Amino acid sequence: MSTPNDIPTTPGGKMVFALGLVATICGVIIVGIFQVTLAPVNANKKLALERQVFKVLPNAKTVVDYFATDSGIESADGKETTPAGAVRFYAAYAADGSLAGIAAEASSAGYADQVRILYGYDPVKQVISGIGVISMRETPGIGDKILVDKDFLHNFEALDVSLSQDLKLLANAVKTVKHGSKQSPWEIDAIAGATVTSKAVGRGINASAQALLPKLYPHVEQLRSAK
Amino acid sequence: MSQAPSNFDEFMEGLWKQNPVFVMVLGMCPTMAITVSAVNSISMGLATTFVLSASCLLISLLRSAIPKQVRIASYIVIIATFVTVVDYAIQAISLDLYEALGAYIKLIVANCLLLGRAEAHAAKNPPMASLWNATGMGLGFTFGLLCIGGVREILGAGKFFGIALFGDHFQPWVVMVLPPGGFFIMAVWLIVFAAWRSRKQRASADHASTEEAKA
Repeated sequence: MSTPNDIPTTPGGKMVFALGLVATICGVIIVGIFQVTLAPVNANKKLALERQVFKVLPNAKTVVDYFATDSGIESADGKETTPAGAVRFYAAYAADGSLAGIAAEASSAGYADQVRILYGYDPVKQVISGIGVISMRETPGIGDKILVDKDFLHNFEALDVSLSQDLKLLANAVKTVKHGSKQSPWEIDAIAGATVTSKAVGRGINASAQALLPKLYPHVEQLRSAK
Repeated sequence: MSQAPSNFDEFMEGLWKQNPVFVMVLGMCPTMAITVSAVNSISMGLATTFVLSASCLLISLLRSAIPKQVRIASYIVIIATFVTVVDYAIQAISLDLYEALGAYIKLIVANCLLLGRAEAHAAKNPPMASLWNATGMGLGFTFGLLCIGGVREILGAGKFFGIALFGDHFQPWVVMVLPPGGFFIMAVWLIVFAAWRSRKQRASADHASTEEAKA
């Protein structure tokens, strides 16, 4: 081991110069790689999103970003952050230009981490017509059954999310019920043994639909004519 | 050491003799966390190899310009730079892979293998020797991750590189792809390597004693 006396005294200027040199080189490298990868990363993100949307809305061919705010809906094209009070959603159009459906994200705490899902909304029937998982870290073989369990996915073929008369809230809150006890079209039949994850899906959809649909539903016509 | 080791020796040191996973037991955080499949293991290993090689090369090139007092700060900045490079590169290559590796790409910066190599080797050796040594260490790390990840994927999911190995009757041994499985498999590999090493030592000791007896 060297004692403090062995360290040669370095002038302060040299240390500052060395750190400045390292920082300059590193700065150039980081900004360079950011510029080079910007286009492919954005293209990848758009592709991944479209893939998710097409999964929950099989008729969709193109996807457009929107924000729903208290005063109406506005385009969110290219905007990364969602402003306070606004909810991001995706309008999907079929090949002939008609509105194929709406997709939006829902997230809630699952067993291990946030369960983030994307759901498809049919504004004509006012139902949720399909879900897909964006990301989750649920236990393999237990919680991740929400991806494949046929009985569970059957809940989301026509999950009722119609609004109340005054269009302020859902007429009936979406609720996850014990396996085998589903009675109403707004209830989700949980997977036996994966109740925590099933409940997270229900809670996420309820929170997202309560926030989004009252802002969105009165303006759906605007989306229809947009394309 | 009387003579500077050749580039080949530098390369083989990390790959086998000083394997970061099985001999030095460094960088256990990614080793445990991402080795649930062979693909994840290879990707993480190669990402680490790139960061290790690039940062050791740059550190070695700058070694005379960096005073001892500010070396740690400089090394960390350089390592963090290349971690950022890898982070963007993986996002550009595949978002699925990016999701699978999650926070562990950014955590390469805190992998003690990197700062350890920078301090113990790159700061004292010429660029080519550092590059070879770092690449060997990185590939040794990749090999270690693959040994663990391959076994965990086979036992826990019945697949290898995503290809199903067994029929439909296979019941996955789920605990193997959960965190405890990482510790089990790591322990088994450490036992295997330790047994192999002690056996080799005993063999050479026996050999020496028989030589002595003859003399």
